[in-house]
Amino acid sequence: MRVQERIIEGLLRLSAVITIFITAAIIWVLLSESISFFSEVSIIDFLTDKQWTPLFAEKHFGILPLVAGTFLTTAIAIAVALPIGLTIAIYLNEYAPARFKKTVKPLLEILATIPTVVYGFFALTVVTPFLQTIIPNLAGFNALSAGMVMGVMIIPMISSLSEDAISAVPRSLREAAYGMGSTRLQTAFGVMVPAASSGIVVSVILAISRAVGETMLVAIAAGQQPRLTLDPTVPIETITTYIVQVSLGDVPHGSLEYRTIFAAGITLFVFTFALNNLSFWIKKKYQEKYD
Amino acid sequence: MSKKFYKLESKNLNAFYGSFHALKNINMAMEEKAVTAFIGPSGCGKSTFLRTLNRMNDYIDGFRVEGDILLDGRDIYGRDVRVDELRKEVGMVFQKPNPFPKTIFENVVYGLRIQGIKDKRVLAETAENSLRQTALWEEVKDKLDQSALALSGGQQQRLCIARALAISPSVILMDEPTSALDPISTAKIEELIYELKQAYTIIIVTHNMQQAGRVSDYTAFFYIGELVEYAKTKTLFTSPKHERTQNYITGRFG
Repeated sequence: MRVQERIIEGLLRLSAVITIFITAAIIWVLLSESISFFSEVSIIDFLTDKQWTPLFAEKHFGILPLVAGTFLTTAIAIAVALPIGLTIAIYLNEYAPARFKKTVKPLLEILATIPTVVYGFFALTVVTPFLQTIIPNLAGFNALSAGMVMGVMIIPMISSLSEDAISAVPRSLREAAYGMGSTRLQTAFGVMVPAASSGIVVSVILAISRAVGETMLVAIAAGQQPRLTLDPTVPIETITTYIVQVSLGDVPHGSLEYRTIFAAGITLFVFTFALNNLSFWIKKKYQEKYD
Repeated sequence: MSKKFYKLESKNLNAFYGSFHALKNINMAMEEKAVTAFIGPSGCGKSTFLRTLNRMNDYIDGFRVEGDILLDGRDIYGRDVRVDELRKEVGMVFQKPNPFPKTIFENVVYGLRIQGIKDKRVLAETAENSLRQTALWEEVKDKLDQSALALSGGQQQRLCIARALAISPSVILMDEPTSALDPISTAKIEELIYELKQAYTIIIVTHNMQQAGRVSDYTAFFYIGELVEYAKTKTLFTSPKHERTQNYITGRFG
């Protein structure tokens, strides 16, 4: 018995240690490759140069165009997903009959299981042509279409997590609101949403983090042309799609061009790491308040 | 039969949770500006009945009511009745204090805010009046902009009563309002109920027989969904007509 327990304990510990080890290894690779990149390219140029052309004859290593592309698609995605996701969450919680909620919530979560490559083709072959009928000078590859479809993709994240947050508000608060003569709308927006705000904010941050890291959808539909712009109608490139472009291309391993993907990767990592920590912090700081 | 005016009347009232028959043919009339207490063992239907009086059960799936409840002679389950308007007339205080996670001031004026009242003077005056009525003013007047959640349980419950009073209802329903409070806070709430009945019709559900005896003018005893006995409190406690009532109030079951 004792020996069995020890073996099981050892296996459990091993799996935990392996996870930590792999994470540390990834960070170490990112860091060491980036350090050798930054020994050749000044970090000031990296952060301030307005062009990103590492694969051209005249090389510029300014990350800003990629950050702008990432920011643009993410902002469009959140602009789509936040209002729709929150509306769904409120509807499911405050208005929908229990049985309807039980059916619809899992159905919505199916949206999250569709492969992102499918979303990419959907954006490229359905949404973009449709948008072009409204905006004639929209390019075939653009941030608008990719961002909107990405918004649809992350709706379930926001709706599902926000719905959880709203359901977690004590029933007594809802009763207090109704008992005072509040309508459903007043109860939802005046009491439930504010009381669940920390959870809702966390859901949005996680959705942003997901949008920032999204790769395939933007690689297919947004163009792969690094450009420092906030114009959603032209082709752009995000940090993630640049990494894909270089990893799949014929850039020789070990070259400076090759190391750019680690610099881009660590930039991305800094963003998502900061966002995840922010959500963790908000959850910890504000969640207890309404218990 | 005299044509006496009653604030609330229940006529042939039956209530169901799905197929469960929770209230069986309740007929009773509640006097204006008096305290009526509902007593009975857990699951006897007293809370369900209280909650039918302001239609608080409407949001429970499968809940259904047959029969009439008349408020000032008007059926509150009628088609033309708006629940939110009804609840401004029939306020409610719950078992556990449930202030909103807002400031003390915002809690008291919540009902006015949702009615669209923005006049700062009206809000401030109503807040002060309601807090004075619940004897809370002196305790909180210097910290109106602090979170209501920082108050003690007893203060929170008086705040919830003040919040209910602020929209001047004519009826106040209290669902075991002191069951989560200590004896001193309980005494304060009971005093308050005694004061409030001069202006309001109060219906209170309580598990505490002594409390029913102290605060109420009339007492109704419920058992498994039926109204067993309903009389003046003094009569019900000193000479109950039914054996079940007798057994319950003497503590032989419940």
